[in-house]
Order: sequence, then C-alpha cells, then structure tokens
Amino acid sequence: MKVVADIPSYVKCRHVCGASLAANRCFKFRLNVKDVNEEEYFAPGHRGCAGCGCTIAMRLALKVAGKNVIVTHATGCMEVISSPYPETAWRVPWIHVAFENSAAVASGVEAALKALGKKDRVKVIAFGGDGGTVDIGFQALSGALERGHDFVYICYDNEAYMNTGIQRSGSTPYGASTTTSPPGKESFGNKTFKKDMPHIVAAHGIPYVATASVAFPLDYMEKVKKALSVEGPAYVHVHAPCTPGWGIASEKSIEVARLAVDSGMWILYEIENGKSRVTYKPTVKKPVKEYLRMQKRFRHLTEEHIDVLQRYVDERWAEVFGED
Amino acid sequence: MKVNIAACITEPGSSERNKTGGWRVFRPVINNERCIDCGSCWIFCPEACISRDEKGEYEVDLDFCKGCGICANECPSEAIEMVLEEK
Repeated sequence: MKVVADIPSYVKCRHVCGASLAANRCFKFRLNVKDVNEEEYFAPGHRGCAGCGCTIAMRLALKVAGKNVIVTHATGCMEVISSPYPETAWRVPWIHVAFENSAAVASGVEAALKALGKKDRVKVIAFGGDGGTVDIGFQALSGALERGHDFVYICYDNEAYMNTGIQRSGSTPYGASTTTSPPGKESFGNKTFKKDMPHIVAAHGIPYVATASVAFPLDYMEKVKKALSVEGPAYVHVHAPCTPGWGIASEKSIEVARLAVDSGMWILYEIENGKSRVTYKPTVKKPVKEYLRMQKRFRHLTEEHIDVLQRYVDERWAEVFGED
Repeated sequence: MKVNIAACITEPGSSERNKTGGWRVFRPVINNERCIDCGSCWIFCPEACISRDEKGEYEVDLDFCKGCGICANECPSEAIEMVLEEK
C-alpha cells in the first residue's frame, strides 16, 4: 500500500463530509475502502451502458456477499445486460426468473437449502428492479416477507422500466418524463409521487429495511452486510441512476445520485427491528432544482411544478431531520 | 450452437469474452503522481476494470473500459484525465 504524506489542499472529500482532505477529516473513506473485498463476482464484459449506476449496485452487493451465495434475479436491465446467452457476467450461482417472482424463487431456494442442511453456509439474495419490485413483483415479495424466509431482497431503483424503453413505474418521481408519461399540452410528465416502498416493506414487520445509494458505496455495503447477517427477511432499496433513462451524461451518474441525497429527493436510513435511524444527513441541503436541472427527464418542468416537488421534499425533510 | 438443458450457462464470468473496450470514445489516463490512493475510481467503476498493479498503483484494463468517465469525474484530486481515442 502506497503511503501518501502530503495531500494537496485542493482535494475535497466528496464522500463523507465534504471537508478538505488536508484537514485529515476524511481518512475514514480511504481507510474503509481498503477493507472492501477486492475479489470481483460481477465480471466485466457485460452489456450495461457506459456509466450505468445499477451495475455498481450489483458489483458492490456481491463483494459483500462473497462466493457462498445464490442469486435469483427478476427480469430487468441487470438480467438482460448480464446474461446474453451463452455468456454470463455472474461468478456466483444465479437464476433468472420471470418479472414477478424473484422473491418467490428465493423463498424456494432458501427452503431447499434448509432441507439440505446447508442454510448456515449459503446466503440467498433476490434482486429486482423497481418495476419488478414495486409494481409487478410486489405480491411475491409481500408473500415471502410474510412467510419469514431468511433472504435479502435488493431492489435497484432506476425509477422507470428502463430495459423496455423508459416506461413509468410506481417508483417514478413526480414530473418525470417517460414514454408513457410524456410532457406536452395536456400533461407535465408523471402525475404521481414516488411510491414509498421501503416503508411499505417495513410495515410487514421484518427485521431489517434500509435505503441506500450507489453514490455512498460504503454506506450501501454496510447495509447489505447487516441485511445478510440478520435472521429472517431483509430489504435494501438502492437508488441507482440510469444514464439514457434520466438523460444524463455517462460520467455524471454518481454525481447525480449524490445530488439526489443532498437535495432530499432520496433519504438514506435504515429500520432495524422497528427502530428507524438516519445514516447520512447532508451537511448542506441543496435545492431540488439543482438536481432536476441536471437531468433531461425533468427539463420540461415549470417553476410551478418544481415548487410542488420542493414542498414535498421539504415536508419529508422536516419529518426526518426536524426543522432547521 | 449447442444449447444446454434449460439453457444453463456453466462457465462463470464468461462475459469476459466480450471485449467492451471497443465502445470507448474517451480513454482514462491516470496520473499516479497526483493520485492520493483513495480508491474512488476503483469502487465506482461499473465495469470492474480498474485494479491495482504490484506497486499498488491503479491501472485501467482497456479491454473492458467503456470510457464512461465516472472515474475521472469522481477522482477528488483530478488525477484522471479523459483523452480522446485516436488512431
């Protein structure tokens, strides 16, 4: 490991606190990155778009899980890009199932492992996109949570059905332009607010629910680790940008994901045994407009609609962080 | 092409045969003197194509790099530059 003695003063930590690294405050990030598993279980060569945020979510989750894991995957972007026959990007046992039943198949895998007496050694992860989780796979997920299978469900949320060409889902935010909610004379984009999936899942009374973002990789990996360690079902909802769907340049995907958290459009928290805890509070609350203006899907919004969104975010912010 | 039963793929990580480097328009060039070894480029790479060499310096596997530019954008010390690919 290379030891760096002099850190230039222009270096700013953008990951933990935004302070200058020269102030030695942000060594936390550097030190923790060193502990991350260097082994890659999600191989390169997959067909993801350049700058895809969701592939980062896959890659980091597998780093935490290690090789003793069985992954079930609902249809969606990550399934399509990772497994064009006869190739696969997965280096762990992986099964593709229909759009709606990732959680149901994961329950079956978990039950089989139990019957074989291998449950202690092998973990089960179910992946699904936002469409495969909040819309289509909802009843299978709800059933699996109800039955209390010991598995982790990870929803990667890119806020629309990106794989089939950007149709709106229950997770699409207010005002976003998609092919099924196009802006025009009669419409300003998506009319509904984002479905609060983590709280719906938490209402099942499962031991662990968390929200994460790919822009905060250590926080995300910590949550996946916790989710894997609890007995019973756990749910992680990770916010991951889609470059063509959101209309952003490929290099901006992490920046925009970070701005979502800094503006309050996405809040990082975990609910452990019914106790809710915020894991990251932005030091400076950025205006929602800054986040919206970076993306093509929000470019048509007028001041009036931006105000609606800002008020919605302010309400949630006050609820979570208190008035300040 | 022989299709396995249930279309099973038995070779893990076989997507490595698909060299996605051909997609690239801009190529990342790492300036190791400016590198502060924070690992941001490595952890944010969607292709998992940034790794360390024996000296502990980061290097990019250009067979797979799609040139998205996340590494250059996220590098806190501006040690990575995106250079246009030219013949």
